[in-house]
Amino acid sequence: MTTNTELTESSKAALAPTDTLNMTDTQHNNLSYRDAFFLVLKRDITIALRHRDDIINPLLFFVIVVTLFPLGIGPEAKTLSRIAPGIIWVAALLATLLSLDRLFKSDYGDGSLEQMLLSPHPVFLLVLAKIVAHWLITGLPLIFIAPLLAVLLHLNEQSYGALIFTLLLGTPVLSLLGAVGVALTVGIKKGGVLLSLLVLPLYIPVLIFATSAIDTASIGLPYSGQLAIIAALFFGSLTLAPFAVGAALKVSTN
Amino acid sequence: MWKWLHPYANPEVSYHFTGRLLPWFSALAAILLSVGLVWALLFAPADYQQGDSFRIFYIHVPAASLSMGIYFGMAIAALCSLVWQLKLADASAAAMAPVGAVFTAIALLTGSAWGKPMWGTWWIWDARLTSELILLFLYLGVIALHSAFEDKNLAGKAAGILTLVGSINLPIIKYSVEWWNTLHQGSTVSKLGKPSMSLEMLWPFLFCFLGFAMLVAVIVCYRFRNEILARNSIRPWVRDLVSAQANHK
Repeated sequence: MTTNTELTESSKAALAPTDTLNMTDTQHNNLSYRDAFFLVLKRDITIALRHRDDIINPLLFFVIVVTLFPLGIGPEAKTLSRIAPGIIWVAALLATLLSLDRLFKSDYGDGSLEQMLLSPHPVFLLVLAKIVAHWLITGLPLIFIAPLLAVLLHLNEQSYGALIFTLLLGTPVLSLLGAVGVALTVGIKKGGVLLSLLVLPLYIPVLIFATSAIDTASIGLPYSGQLAIIAALFFGSLTLAPFAVGAALKVSTN
Repeated sequence: MWKWLHPYANPEVSYHFTGRLLPWFSALAAILLSVGLVWALLFAPADYQQGDSFRIFYIHVPAASLSMGIYFGMAIAALCSLVWQLKLADASAAAMAPVGAVFTAIALLTGSAWGKPMWGTWWIWDARLTSELILLFLYLGVIALHSAFEDKNLAGKAAGILTLVGSINLPIIKYSVEWWNTLHQGSTVSKLGKPSMSLEMLWPFLFCFLGFAMLVAVIVCYRFRNEILARNSIRPWVRDLVSAQANHK
């Protein structure tokens, strides 16, 4: 029963951007790019808020993975604070990976993705809106929880700023690059494992620069250089990834 | 130039064209490799520091540079297929991917076999080794994505997009890994660096390098022809080809 109502809800919400199809040409022009962007964004967030598990489960995964490391390695504060940046970032990568599936899967399943691709608005914009929604739902909560986990791992106090800034700049890159992988695998039945194989190698630069920024901050040196590179990765993927996602979605929906 | 190129977009024409190229590539590969390897492994002077164990260099370096060259070739093919919708470009990218993966694996294995006597360890997180390993992951990703689709046309397009994304990312990964290594750990092992080679060492190396490149060309041609046949198996010219061959026997 619940699944039924959820489905109708999501398809109702899915109708929002596709309403444009029924409009006349003059009305098309009324729906500006900005409106289209915010419609998709609002729709995705609405759907996500109705499935709270999808938001909470990756977060729980993030917390549990981070707690496993002290158990596996040992409770010494010195070791933990040395490896804390790496653990937090690797866990963030995996949590993002876990949540990527819901980016296009349900829309692909109920056909609203194809409607979106058929709509008169640029695919770039709609895809970007979906990715932004994904980041707001999964990336942003990670940033709120990360300081708490940093306390558990005895992260050096000087590094907190760096941790927050790298997550703030880095997690959008994860969502953007991940979207390319999801868009490529959304049509495949068992795409989950394949997705990690495709996406994780692409995440390596973010991981390297983020952890090195946190490490640098922990010895009290300026880390603006690393941040600048992560920002460059962010803007690069922000401008290029939605094109790749659009092309990939067209392949996947055929 | 387009007028000169466009016949090769026809599968039949390029099937026969690669068929004519194959003997040349094979002969060149056989000659170059047999001369080059014998020269390199038996007659080239031993390195004054590394002795005979440096001779693996003659296999390792060609494999490593070809592994990157093949990825570059795949990226070009993927771009052509996306921009001009050339189906044969997809076929050639599909033909190249496993060859590139194998050469990457050869480079990694020979590298670690070389590293054991030289550096005293099978593996170090050296920047070059790491980026070669990541290149292998990218290759495997492309191959896995390609085999996940049942429709070969879709598979080619999807793998093409991934190849292009990877080709943008590859330089970034390479430089970030280099940066990471120099930042995280001091150079415990000073990189061997390219020894300024004497001519007696350089010549066999060139032979080996060209020989391996020709070997790649041979294998890629074979795989490309197979891809063409597999994708066009319903076409009359393929049927004619098969029945002609059957009659010949």
